[in-house]
Amino acid sequence: MATRLKFENSCEVGVFSKLTNAYCLVAIGGSENFYSAFEAELSDVIPVIRTSIGGTRIVGRLCIGNKNGLLLPHTTTDQELQHLKNSLPDQVRVQRIEEKLSALGNCIACNDHVALTHTDLDKETEEVVADVLGVEVFRQTVAGNILVGSYCAFSNKGGLVHPHTSVEDLDELSTLLQVPLVAGTVNRGSEVIAAGMTVNDWTAFCGADTTATELSVIENVFKLREAKPSAIVDEMRKSLFDS
Amino acid sequence: MAQDAGMFMVHQTIGSVLCCKCGIRMQPNAANMCVKCLRSEVDITEGLLKRLVLVHCPECESYLQPPRTWVKLQLESKELLTFCLKKLQKNMNINKVKLVNAEFIWTEPHSKRVKVKVSVQKEVYNGAILEQSYLVEYVQQDHMCESCSRVAANPDQWVAAVQLRQHVSHRRTFYYLEQLILRHGAAARAVRIKQMDHGIDFYFSNRSHGNKFVEFIGKVAPVKSRSDKQLVSHDSKSNNYNYKYTFSVEISPICREDLICLPPKAAAILGNIGPIVVCTKVTNSIALLDPLTLKFGFLDAEQYWRTSFKSLLTSRQLVEYIVFDIEPVSSEITVGGTKYVLADAQVARVSDFGSNDTQFSIRTHLGHLLKPGDHALGYDLYGANTNDMELDRYKGYIPEVVLIKKSYEEKRQKKRAKARSWKLKSLNMEVDDKIKVDEDKRDAEYEHFLKDLEENPELRFNISLYQNKDYQPSEVASVTEDDGEPIPSVPDDELLAANLLAAEFDDLDLIEDGDGEDNMAE
Repeated sequence: MATRLKFENSCEVGVFSKLTNAYCLVAIGGSENFYSAFEAELSDVIPVIRTSIGGTRIVGRLCIGNKNGLLLPHTTTDQELQHLKNSLPDQVRVQRIEEKLSALGNCIACNDHVALTHTDLDKETEEVVADVLGVEVFRQTVAGNILVGSYCAFSNKGGLVHPHTSVEDLDELSTLLQVPLVAGTVNRGSEVIAAGMTVNDWTAFCGADTTATELSVIENVFKLREAKPSAIVDEMRKSLFDS
Repeated sequence: MAQDAGMFMVHQTIGSVLCCKCGIRMQPNAANMCVKCLRSEVDITEGLLKRLVLVHCPECESYLQPPRTWVKLQLESKELLTFCLKKLQKNMNINKVKLVNAEFIWTEPHSKRVKVKVSVQKEVYNGAILEQSYLVEYVQQDHMCESCSRVAANPDQWVAAVQLRQHVSHRRTFYYLEQLILRHGAAARAVRIKQMDHGIDFYFSNRSHGNKFVEFIGKVAPVKSRSDKQLVSHDSKSNNYNYKYTFSVEISPICREDLICLPPKAAAILGNIGPIVVCTKVTNSIALLDPLTLKFGFLDAEQYWRTSFKSLLTSRQLVEYIVFDIEPVSSEITVGGTKYVLADAQVARVSDFGSNDTQFSIRTHLGHLLKPGDHALGYDLYGANTNDMELDRYKGYIPEVVLIKKSYEEKRQKKRAKARSWKLKSLNMEVDDKIKVDEDKRDAEYEHFLKDLEENPELRFNISLYQNKDYQPSEVASVTEDDGEPIPSVPDDELLAANLLAAEFDDLDLIEDGDGEDNMAE
């Protein structure tokens, strides 16, 4: 189910939150409505943790994680690190890494099995990613942009990429990631997908400006409508979306 | 670029996305919305002027260009389009909109609306350029422009008047001047032209027009002018004074073919040429030729008016002579563009010819033209009764006869068809009813002027001659075959094609007589 919300009048919810299958990180300092939206959906299933990273609110763009682990930039303070270690479930490995490109959320996009990284990422970081997150790492670009973490968002079920991605690129990425991909937009035509939304296997949160069309595309590609009777969904899928 | 380096590039097919608003498939663009949705979102014509006022003068069909200029423009013309678009330009620049195309939408001419369809481009949403066309309506408001209102208020109002005068008994100069003025369009700005005794009055609505006209006349005739002004009204608050300006222009009384006895002062300026001289050419200077020695001199306007002398005998007093014998004395000499040959001749007056034996042995400058048996026109100093102080004072030799030109009268009388192949335009002149006009005299003078034009190609130089559409050449051809020598006539290539000027010609009243003579309507 996809929900539309805003963080302090900004529709870029992917900047202020990080959603995975095992936990959810949310920035502090916003209104209670923001947390309520997350808690309403998720609190009985996974922990929703309020935190800052390096004293900033842009938690979604600075860290990267999946159900196996969480990677934090070197700017994270010890207190934050400790807080996170305490709040997260035990099977989630938390690690702070030394990397020149400190906005890990912009540089790496991952799900539970595969990760796409910035082409200039250190070899060491790549190894840490492979190790801590337990994923296969591929250096890639999306529609000519090296900030793969910003311009694509994918879960174990599907993925959404930058709208200018060519058909060949889409096929290539799809083969790598082994999930169906679609090129689309979020927040009324914004191309920065991962900043405008955050997603896991059963739910997604998008900015309030997201149009109905975009929302339907998201719900279809990430397979968020599984709960509904499938016949209608299949019909709709055929008419709306073929890739 | 990687491609230039020879790297293998996979061909990139652009995929398709759904429009974020309406969900139809489209190629991704900067806004990621289909064009229709983008148009519905953004109206780039917002804030642009759509209704403007054009001030138009119905009398002279011109439009106001603020603050005070009036430009004459035609409906649906390129100039009007430029004029209309200029008014939109500033507003467009403020809104950062670029003009791409504009065209007129037809409206009824008397609807007082001008509609222009304008296409503009603007950048929206980080990079997407949207083009939209919209309609601009110009309301035409009628307002008389200054010059038209002044004309309407008082149509006879003039500000400058030029009074052209020449104190001679004929009007040849004015006929010639009229043709010159027509050719150069010098009187185009004249409000009124009036024919007066011994001259013509020209009225203008602006002092500078009058001044320009006076300068034009000064270039084509030897004149003396003075100007005066008269106060009409005075606004003491803003210190505006309105005047009426008058230019009094006097043309020298010396005309072509006049015989002059030079006063000693004038002769001294010209190098002491003999006191009896013939005037050969009058432009803004007077050319004088001594017929006995073939010496010539030029007097420009200033010099003439310093020693203002009158002619001794004018072309009215020309007498016809018959040439018996001619003997060239000198070789051909070119004087001021024309050739002359000094010759001794035996002549007798036609009136004497047959009745008595009076003959004259004279020296003439027309040796190149005359042959025995020819008729010539000249001044009879032997029999003339002159009242000239200079002539009385002069103690030296005075010739008895001075021949001026060859006469074609005989041959002309043989000419049956009197219609000419060319005709002239005339100025739109008012005639003062108070002056008694001798119609026959006028007609004879005009006919004389036309004959002059035929005989002298240099006179025709500055004049426009037009083809006479009603002329039949066949009759004249037979006449020329009879004579050994053709009558002087105007060659066809000098005539301007009538069809170019047919429209203007229709305004003229050229009446043809029963025997085909053209008269000037005054």
